[in-house]
Parts: sequence; structure tokens; C-alpha cells
Amino acid sequence: MTQKTTNQRAWFLVLPVLALVAFSSIIPMITVVNYSFQDSFGGNEFFWVGLEWYRELLQSERLWDALGRQLLFSSIILLIEIPLGILIALSMPKKGWMASLCLVLMALPLLIPYNVVGTIWQVFARADIGLLGRAISDLGLSYNYAQNAFDAWVTVIVMDVWHWTSLVALLSYAGLRSIPNAYYQAAEIDQASRWAVFRYIELPKMRGVLIIAVLLRFMDSFMIYTEPFVLTGGGPGNATTFLSIDLVKMALGQFDLGPAAAFSLMYFLVILLISYVFYTVMISADNDGAAR
Amino acid sequence: MSWLAWMAWTGPTAVFFAAIAVMLAGMTLLAIKYPSSARVGILGIETARGDRLFITLLGSAFINLAWLGLVDAPQYGALIICGLFAFCVFRWV
Repeated sequence: MTQKTTNQRAWFLVLPVLALVAFSSIIPMITVVNYSFQDSFGGNEFFWVGLEWYRELLQSERLWDALGRQLLFSSIILLIEIPLGILIALSMPKKGWMASLCLVLMALPLLIPYNVVGTIWQVFARADIGLLGRAISDLGLSYNYAQNAFDAWVTVIVMDVWHWTSLVALLSYAGLRSIPNAYYQAAEIDQASRWAVFRYIELPKMRGVLIIAVLLRFMDSFMIYTEPFVLTGGGPGNATTFLSIDLVKMALGQFDLGPAAAFSLMYFLVILLISYVFYTVMISADNDGAAR
Repeated sequence: MSWLAWMAWTGPTAVFFAAIAVMLAGMTLLAIKYPSSARVGILGIETARGDRLFITLLGSAFINLAWLGLVDAPQYGALIICGLFAFCVFRWV
């Protein structure tokens, strides 16, 4: 059992931030909670419906399908981007002008606004005029992301990988650069294989940054909206309708404020739960690292 | 209170948020009076009193949703389970 006493008065120092957060997040969130128990017919008139929207949504196939697609998307993204990012970081030059050039090139996709990424890929992947789409079609392969659900998924995933793998690579690179040279020298003396160096030196030393990378990529892919919305509009059919796209359709397309508010809160709870689990794992990992 | 009309307040949601606010204020006072000791419980993670309250509230939200989606009975049932859950969290987590 660890026993540690903390002085809770320090929390008063965060009151100014709390006031700002209240206006930007807490008050809007309270409003969403209020909306989620009511029905609205416009004119700022609301009618109490109790837990009706929650009950309806929990039994709605639409929500579960969107959640399934979202989880599948996030899982695929993590399975591709994390190993690929590590591989790129391992292949990057360690010093010299090439290292600087690589860093700048890797950072470029991260600087492009989300809607511009969607637009670039919308044109790039078009089967009739896009460079990628046309090239695939000329190879004799049937490809049309606007009509085929599988093609749409592949395009959305490749787009996300293009946009965000550099983040994982840059974080991993930072982790790799922080490993003292003595570890590599010791491995060389022991005649350790390249795999052993990666498995027992580089990977454990990168654990902290990798947890951050997984957290950032999971959260961001779980909330993805702009890129697939610009690229496919959630289609064909509902094939790429992820949770946030579905939510916007409900709130702004159908103007169902009550159900959309209930949907938002359930979405928020899932994100909060996952963030807390990641946060806890990160803190435990840090504590373990400090203890060693 | 017409300036608050845009927030669409209702009696039950006001009571809900007031309860949360009272809980947080109570925990703050408790923490000042009796500073919290972090400990490692059955989940293997270090938790202070505030962490346990957070886990209780988050867990209670999911218990209520699960009850609503899976059980065809009044919501008060979920409240009883939440009470038991809170006891377990504060005792063993």
C-alpha cells in the first residue's frame, strides 16, 4: 500500500482556468444535458420527455451501426499507423541535413487543414480525373470510392494514414533520439541482433511517447468528421457514416435537438471512459518508469 | 431568469446538477479538512478520494444506460446498483 499526503489547497490556483472552461465547455455541456431530456419544436419551446431519447437511441440500429463502424475504423487506423510510424522513425536519418529535411517533410501533412485534406483526396482519388483513381482504373482494377463501399473505406483509411502517420513517426523519432548512446554500445558489446535492440532497448524506451501517440490517434480517429465528410459525405449509403457524421446529420440535418443531445452525451461518455483508461495507463507507466 | 432561458433548464436537471455541485463542494471541503491519501486498490492503480468519486460517477452513468437499454424496469433500480457500486469503489478501488 502506498500512502501519500497531498495539499488540496493548491486546487484553488486553478480557479481562473476553471472559470474559462466553465464558459467554453461546462455551460454548453449543461445545456446539452438539458436538451437531452426534452423535445423542441422551434421558437425556444421545450417539452419534457424524460429518458425517451436515450431509450430510443439505445434501441436504434443506426447508432450501433455507426458505433461499430467507428470502432472498426479506429482499430484499423491504430493497427496501421502505429507500426508504420515506428518503422518510419527507425528508418529516418539520425543527424545531418537529411534528418532536418525528413522532419520538415514529415510535418507537412500535419499542417494541412482537415477540409483541405478531404478535398485533395476527393480529387486525387476520383476515377475519372484524379491521378490515383485514374491510375488504378488504368491498371484494369475496378475502383470508384463514390459507388463502392469497400473502395470508400480503403480511400478514407489511406487518407487518414497519409495525414496522421507522420505524427506517430515524429513522436517515435523523439523517443528514439532520447535514448542514450550507452545503451547501443552495451548492445553492441553483447552482440545483440537488430531485433533484440528494438525489442529490449528501443521499444521499452519509446513506451511513454507511444502511449501518447496511441491516445492521440485513437481519440482523433474516434472523433473523425471533416475528412470523410468532405470525401464521401458518409456514403455510399451509410458505409462511411461514422458517429460524428451521424450526429451532425441528426442535429443539423434533421434538427432533432433532443435525440442529438442524448447521442452527444453517450458519445462523450464513451470518449471520457477511454480517455480515463488511457490516462490511468499512462500515469501507471510513468510511475513504473520512475520506480525503475 | 429569462437570461437563462436558452439553457432550457428543467426542475429535474437543476436538481441533478445541484447534487453534483454539492458533491464537489463537499469533497473539496473534506479534502481541505482531511487531506486525501492516495492508495493502490484492487484495480492496481493509485487512487485518491476524488479519483474514486470520478470512477463512481462515470460508472454510474454507464450503469444507468445499461439498465435503460437492457432492463424493462423503473430507473430507480439502477440507482440502487449505483449506490452499491459507489460503496465498492470507495471501499476497495
